[in-house]
Amino acid sequence: MSTGGLARSPIASPRLRSRFIVPAEATRRRRRRARARRSRIPVYHGRFGVEQAERLLWRAGFGPRPGEAKRLARKGLDDAVRSLTRPGSERLSGPSPRDDDGRPLAPEDAYGHAQLWWLDRMVRTRRPLVERMALVWHDWFATSNEGVGSARLMIRQNKLFRRLALRSFEDLLREVTRDPAMLIWLSGSGSTKEAPNENYARELMELFTLGAARGYSERDVREQARALTGFEHEWDDNLGPVSFHFEHDNHDSGVKRVFGERGRFDWRDTCRLCLTNSNHPSFFVTKLWSYFIPTPPSKRTRSALERLYVAGDYEVRPLVEAILRHPAFYEGPRMVKPPIVHIAGMLRALGRGVDTEAWVWLSDGAGQQLFYPPDVAGWDDNLWLDTSTWRGRWIATVFALQDELLQPGKAPLLPEESASAAVDRALSFWGDPTISRSTRTALVAFAERCRTGADRPWKKDAYPLLCQNALRMMIATSPDLQAA
Amino acid sequence: MSCCNDYSRTELLRNAAAAAGGAIPEPDSRMPVPAGSSLSRRSFLLRSAGVALSVYGATRLELPAIEAAVAEAAAGPPQPVLVSIFLSGGIDPLSVLAPVGDPVYRKLRPTLALGEAEGTGFAEDGRLRWHPAAAGLSTLHSEGKVSVLPGVGYDHPDQSHFNSRHFWEVGALDRQLRTGWMGRYLDRTGTPDNPLQGICFDGRLAPALAAAKVPVATVSGDGRFDLNTPGVWSEMSGWMHDTLASLGARHASSRDAGLRQAGAVTAQATSLVRVLKPFGGKNLVVPPDYPKQDAGNMPRSLSSLAAMIAAGLPIRCVAITGYGGYDTHDDQPADLEKGLKAVSSSLLAFQRDLEARGVADRVLTQVWSEFGRRGEENGSLGTDHGAAGVGFLIGTRVRGTMIGEYPGLDRLDEDGNLRATSDFRGVYCGLLEQWLGTDAGAVIPEAARFARPALLK
Repeated sequence: MSTGGLARSPIASPRLRSRFIVPAEATRRRRRRARARRSRIPVYHGRFGVEQAERLLWRAGFGPRPGEAKRLARKGLDDAVRSLTRPGSERLSGPSPRDDDGRPLAPEDAYGHAQLWWLDRMVRTRRPLVERMALVWHDWFATSNEGVGSARLMIRQNKLFRRLALRSFEDLLREVTRDPAMLIWLSGSGSTKEAPNENYARELMELFTLGAARGYSERDVREQARALTGFEHEWDDNLGPVSFHFEHDNHDSGVKRVFGERGRFDWRDTCRLCLTNSNHPSFFVTKLWSYFIPTPPSKRTRSALERLYVAGDYEVRPLVEAILRHPAFYEGPRMVKPPIVHIAGMLRALGRGVDTEAWVWLSDGAGQQLFYPPDVAGWDDNLWLDTSTWRGRWIATVFALQDELLQPGKAPLLPEESASAAVDRALSFWGDPTISRSTRTALVAFAERCRTGADRPWKKDAYPLLCQNALRMMIATSPDLQAA
Repeated sequence: MSCCNDYSRTELLRNAAAAAGGAIPEPDSRMPVPAGSSLSRRSFLLRSAGVALSVYGATRLELPAIEAAVAEAAAGPPQPVLVSIFLSGGIDPLSVLAPVGDPVYRKLRPTLALGEAEGTGFAEDGRLRWHPAAAGLSTLHSEGKVSVLPGVGYDHPDQSHFNSRHFWEVGALDRQLRTGWMGRYLDRTGTPDNPLQGICFDGRLAPALAAAKVPVATVSGDGRFDLNTPGVWSEMSGWMHDTLASLGARHASSRDAGLRQAGAVTAQATSLVRVLKPFGGKNLVVPPDYPKQDAGNMPRSLSSLAAMIAAGLPIRCVAITGYGGYDTHDDQPADLEKGLKAVSSSLLAFQRDLEARGVADRVLTQVWSEFGRRGEENGSLGTDHGAAGVGFLIGTRVRGTMIGEYPGLDRLDEDGNLRATSDFRGVYCGLLEQWLGTDAGAVIPEAARFARPALLK
């Protein structure tokens, strides 16, 4: 660590500062009150019922298990949010994952098993927001195994995302910067003082901390690249890339000039300089917000979130709590669910574990392969749905239901019931998700057609069953359930 | 055939569809016979285009908006079609058209150089020879149906796959641009409810087709466009498709942006299932010219595309990722040969397919890769990322002569890469103006800066 850089820094870490300066009690109280006044972030005061709880569970997790939305709604908004942001210790519940031969997964060794391993966490977790934040960080620091070529390192990075899910972004950024998968993905490993590689330096500022063309120049990219030199690793014929370490001889220990500041910066300084850049807080809170709310924050909310972020030493949890309690979260438009969230949600609703490797190609067909984001910018939320990925979601739903098919001649006969009751039956199969009135109208019309179309004796027995199969498909793939 | 234009056109369409993807699907027994005024003109056209329409009951006399729009567009005059084929990874131009007559070639490529008698000669430049695996392209070239771009690229080349491909997809050296160059063309000239105007066969959207205003379609490259649903049979499948389409349509006009997007795609996807049924699955008969194996989805994608075009489906821009991976840092000879052979023979079969269907004059195929490869080989039987690369324009209407000259190995750039002798943005401008008949200035940023090569005969 280069002391020169720290000493010259106009904003040393707030954590450091507070350790040395102890203001008088009265001053502290006055400041706290002032801060509270300034950083008042609007809180949702509308009805917090099942529908709101469902939205919360879909956006801050992977959807409700049967009855979960009702239970969460009874807690009220504040406790509901706290139960997600401050969960108890992890206990995975439900059947443990299996491959197609009924064997336990081999996440680091067998093709696709790393994806299944994570999908299983999403399905069985009791800490859904932690798991969802791991997905957020996977998208934020989008690293693809296409370039890394090691499931072992991808899982290692994934565990980092989970461990620091709601903690300090300062810590997360530092850990990611020296994370082996990232060091391979963005060419940090092997970047030396003789040939500094600009890949990580550029994306660090453009995509991870500041935003494109915000507060840095091409010169800053080159200088940060110099500061980041020195990482390397070795190759093992059996294990692949191993022994990631910092090699001081390969590091450029000369003076660099970054954001107008001079010092013998190293990789830690690079992270600090990005965090303390005045463009970082607005970038950070806006990007974090965008994972939970599709419309941008108002200027007032944004500034308040920025203050909360900086005053809170870059802690993520308070920000997420503020976002999950914000009126825009409940009053604004829906968000299209990422395909993997849709899939995990179906399995959660069905109480089904990961019991087939098909989820690897099914999620790919729906447009999202875990550990394989399309590029370093991550997945584009506006592109989740097209006519082919929609069909991919349909096929995934077919697979989710493959053990639940009602087959005429095998399944018990259903009682004669109204079209409306038939729709209720199918909804209850999925744990009674809320659907819009216009979707319900279309489904009831379909069920009515099935009822009146059963004009032969065999149809009278078979059609109610086929009708349930069709309704289950249409509910799970309806616009209501594609977007939450 | 001349008594009525609509009739003759629909008959042509019907014949084309019948010849194309197998037979026209059996008319549903509940459908009224299309005679006289019992069907609207639009629905009649649509039916005749080989589209399996199932109109049930009296509740839906109107066709769903999307199918109606497809029919409407199909009824218009035939439009030119642009097919973009992407070769991923950066194909090696110095192997596809090997400069065996360039004295520097063997020095830079001691192990990879093509032999002096391998492949076939390139008539336009005696220094070059076609790779043996490019026989299909060589054949089409000898017929005057291929324009070769032996050094296509741009100034200050970027050697990142991601960046360079992005530039080609969006049609500008702009990392922030999020619409594709064909997408912007469709935004300008397309319609708000015909997703087939832009179609991608890669199972997800090709960035070049990303539009901001109009819908485009993506389909699976394996030639399957159905919504197979176990446990739902017979007439109930049709009812279910109707319900999905109407569910989608109801939400497509929602005030809620998320519901609106999900609704629109639901409606489009279920309409496509019906519209594309004759061209996929068991209905698709791949003509024997196409490679039978080792060509991935290319034969099925291209042959169903040919059938769709011949049937009059209103397709304007198409994106397909070609078979193979061309990032040949090692083992280049085997990998390149495998991919190039599949692509080249698929493209020849596609051209023959279009010619046999009588629609070849309407289709122009553009083949591109994100960059070329380093002049000097790298010591692992491979080559590293380069700058200018090789591209092709294929079709009966292309000029059939080189666009830009072979750049030569005696004047490589400072990184040891080929210099561009044509700019891809100039080629796009030419395609927009000369082939698609639109103002390139409204599609390609700074279009006025780029020289337009003459592309057509």
